[in-house]
Amino acid sequence: MARSRYLPDRGLTARMVFTMFLLGLLFVVLGAVLIRYLGGLGLILIVGFLVAQWFFSDRVALFSMGGKEVSPQEAPELHAMIDRLCALADMPKPKVAIADSDVPNAFATGRSPKRAVVCATTGIMARLEPAELEGVLSHELSHVAHRDVTVMTIASFVGVLAGFLTRIALYSGMGSRRGNDNGAPVVLIITLVSVVVYALSFLLTRALSRYRELAADRAGAVLTGQPSALASALVKISGEMARIPSRDLRQAEPFNAFFFTPAVAPGFSLSTLFSTHPTIERRLEQLSKISTELGRPA
Amino acid sequence: MSWLDRALGRSKPAAPDLDQLFAVPDAALTLEAAVGVHPIGLGSVSFRAAEGGAFASLTKDVQELLDADDGPKVERSVDQFGYTWLLVRHQPDDMPGLVTDLHAINSTLQDNGFGPSLLCSLIGFRTPSDAKLGLVYLYKRGTFYPFAPTTDQQRDNALELQIRGQLANDLQVEPDLARWFPVWGAPGL
Repeated sequence: MARSRYLPDRGLTARMVFTMFLLGLLFVVLGAVLIRYLGGLGLILIVGFLVAQWFFSDRVALFSMGGKEVSPQEAPELHAMIDRLCALADMPKPKVAIADSDVPNAFATGRSPKRAVVCATTGIMARLEPAELEGVLSHELSHVAHRDVTVMTIASFVGVLAGFLTRIALYSGMGSRRGNDNGAPVVLIITLVSVVVYALSFLLTRALSRYRELAADRAGAVLTGQPSALASALVKISGEMARIPSRDLRQAEPFNAFFFTPAVAPGFSLSTLFSTHPTIERRLEQLSKISTELGRPA
Repeated sequence: MSWLDRALGRSKPAAPDLDQLFAVPDAALTLEAAVGVHPIGLGSVSFRAAEGGAFASLTKDVQELLDADDGPKVERSVDQFGYTWLLVRHQPDDMPGLVTDLHAINSTLQDNGFGPSLLCSLIGFRTPSDAKLGLVYLYKRGTFYPFAPTTDQQRDNALELQIRGQLANDLQVEPDLARWFPVWGAPGL
């Protein structure tokens, strides 16, 4: 095969691996504490949570946004765009859905490429030029190719479990009287470990989510060969996102992690550390780097 | 793509498979003998032009290279989805020459690192009742599928499936019907 024009981003891969490693470490710590102090019950808790989250992860975003699957006859242009992108990327075509919402956004969901759904809102289709929409769709298809729903579901598992344990402990465990003498320390230890694990895993999953976004931007821009169209879509949408009525925003915010650009309420500033998406500057910088790589003479 | 590449979010652009194109002349003979479908001497290559000067000058070079002979000029057009089509004309009976030209476009793009931009190739045919039929080659899969547009965004699926049966011995036909995407109004149909 001829050499590729695109340079891999080793730094991004290294940061991603390190974050995943730390999350795995947290999981081992929490699991060890649970099994050490709760035995079989701890094991059941872990497995039960894993299974439940696995099945819930699939279509949550689609249902909550009111996305409806559309046939090629209903949305020929959108289908044609995705057909071509899938042929370029050599990946099976996901289902295509449209959500009737003025929030200009797009998301991919479904834990395997076979079950994947790519959804665009009517707002994004009205606002973007075809080339920009294509850039957004290739970003979402890259999420599907990278299996980001699966990766983020597994990655967030530690945090969800730790958060659940913390809550249980706060509401029931600590207040109730205990029959045996070591009851209180066990609950205390599990609570403390859960709180610490929860805080750390929160930061780590957010970091991982940002890295996955950058990876999807990169893969999407490389797929179409049009990083500037994607950059232009980003600029357009991030400007529009700040001007959206807040009723829609409250509905959309819990699902930010699945979105193309997050819906953040106006005047509400998140520090970069807590954000699911990289800053727009960071994303634009990467895209302009890819654009330069493309322009080099052969 | 390996599971590790997926897990690390570093998918690589899919490389094209060009060799299968040379099986087309034989398949065309089979089609003509079996169902009377004949080539019209038109073929086209579709790719997604990358931004930047490198790609623009490259496609210009390819066009000039193919225009250097005495034959008809290569026609270039951009469809509504932003894909560039280069249309090549030959005599209807010169299928090998047509395929060689198509291959020249592909290999030039690939040699310059733009292989991942190749979308598909199309070779035009007519049925005995003068209906349009395109043979579409998917570079990333190395497979073919028939595309038979009738009027107004409708496809003649029965004809397409009939042609699939005829092609099975000569060409690798795309087994996944979901990948037989329509190319309405493509040059060369």
